Amino acid sequence: MKILLSLLAAIGLVAPALADEVKVAVAANFAAPVKKIAADFEADTGHKVVISTGSTGAFYAQIRNGAPFEVFLAADDETPAKIEAEGAGVKGSRFTYAIGKLVLWSAKPGYVDDKGEVLKKGDFARLALANPKTAPYGAAGVEVLKKLGLAESLQAKIVQGENITQAWQFVSSGNAELGFVALSQVWENGKLTGGSAWIVPAADYASIRQDAILLARGEGKPAADAFLKYLRADKARAVIKSYGYEY
Amino acid sequence: MPDSQDLAAVWLTLKLAATVTVLLLLLGTPLAWWLAHTRSRLRSVVSALVSMPLVLPPTVLGFYLLLVMGPNGVVGQATQALGLGLLPFTFPGLVVASTFYSLPFVVQPIQNAIEAIGPRPLEVAATLRSRPLDTFWSVVVPLARPGFLTAAVLGFAHTVGEFGVVLMIGGNIPGQTRVVSVQIFDRVEALEYSQAHWLAGGMVVFAFVVLFLLYALNPDSRRRPA
Repeated sequence: MKILLSLLAAIGLVAPALADEVKVAVAANFAAPVKKIAADFEADTGHKVVISTGSTGAFYAQIRNGAPFEVFLAADDETPAKIEAEGAGVKGSRFTYAIGKLVLWSAKPGYVDDKGEVLKKGDFARLALANPKTAPYGAAGVEVLKKLGLAESLQAKIVQGENITQAWQFVSSGNAELGFVALSQVWENGKLTGGSAWIVPAADYASIRQDAILLARGEGKPAADAFLKYLRADKARAVIKSYGYEY
Repeated sequence: MPDSQDLAAVWLTLKLAATVTVLLLLLGTPLAWWLAHTRSRLRSVVSALVSMPLVLPPTVLGFYLLLVMGPNGVVGQATQALGLGLLPFTFPGLVVASTFYSLPFVVQPIQNAIEAIGPRPLEVAATLRSRPLDTFWSVVVPLARPGFLTAAVLGFAHTVGEFGVVLMIGGNIPGQTRVVSVQIFDRVEALEYSQAHWLAGGMVVFAFVVLFLLYALNPDSRRRPA
């Protein structure tokens, strides 16, 4: 019997009693920072974090249809509000964990100038965006193009990723010369990780407030509570800031 | 009701599947013939390469195609040197990707059908002084007809059902790369479920009708031709 139990524990069927697990759905743009935060959290508390990354719209549909997530870190503030209103989230648990910044980025050094004039020149074949219908950073990109009066003239050059990760991938592989991505994807420890970029002034698009919410499945689970608390503590905030977010 | 975007996606998908099916029959037939007749040691290698899309997740294929056809990839540099530009995010790019992706579904039925004919009919035709091309059209094609039919239907249907590869290299451009499966994904993500149902339900009906016709028109497929 003992052997059987330890075997089951080894393959994860029987969770050890103390170390709790929290399942977190995370918007694609926050994938890198959440990994760091989760590693710190695991080391500090002994709880385990299971991270799923994807687009906020897809997660919304999955959560409404019974996905087993306990915490949701969305890429906007509307989706968590909707989840709370519809009863799939715990009332009063919402808070803004990060304010995202939009950046026009190219994998080529020196290609994007620090005022975004490259967009007006238009001597590129592809401009990557996340799907504006489902991804807040995509919608913000379209807003910037409209503000510059370029939305129509550049329409034919736009390629859409299903989420911000894919938009980044199109640019980083060079298939699109440039694209609107999240600053967090190309920023670490206070500087660009590579290529060239224009950090779009915050006034040019509606601010991307990213809200977290405790989901109904996480209600009363100590690990879920602890993770959300941890996300607001100084240590996590320092990580969040180092990726170029405000909060 | 499906709107103009949905209809554009349907039309694009049919155009893609038809183009790919024609290409695959043209490329797949000589390849299947070679695989059915060769004694070369390369046979196992080529067979394995042809069948790889059956095993690989489409995302793997899409990811590598994105890199290889991109500006830093071998194919991308070749297409740029030829003045064709880059293939990702274009209709020709999807055609190339889908041709790889659906290759085994076309080659294997044709190869099986040709192998089932055996050497006898070809020898008889040769003794009657039939030239090879003549033999192909008047002996091989009629005898292997069920195999060609299966190949064409599966190649078409499999291309219609493609998602992962297109997602990776398509860029979701209306009229260029936004096929039905991607459009359904978009509708679901945007929570437009009633629109999604039109397309998704349509795909279910399409899949059934196609496979039903295949089995109904191909009564011989259960027993091997003599």
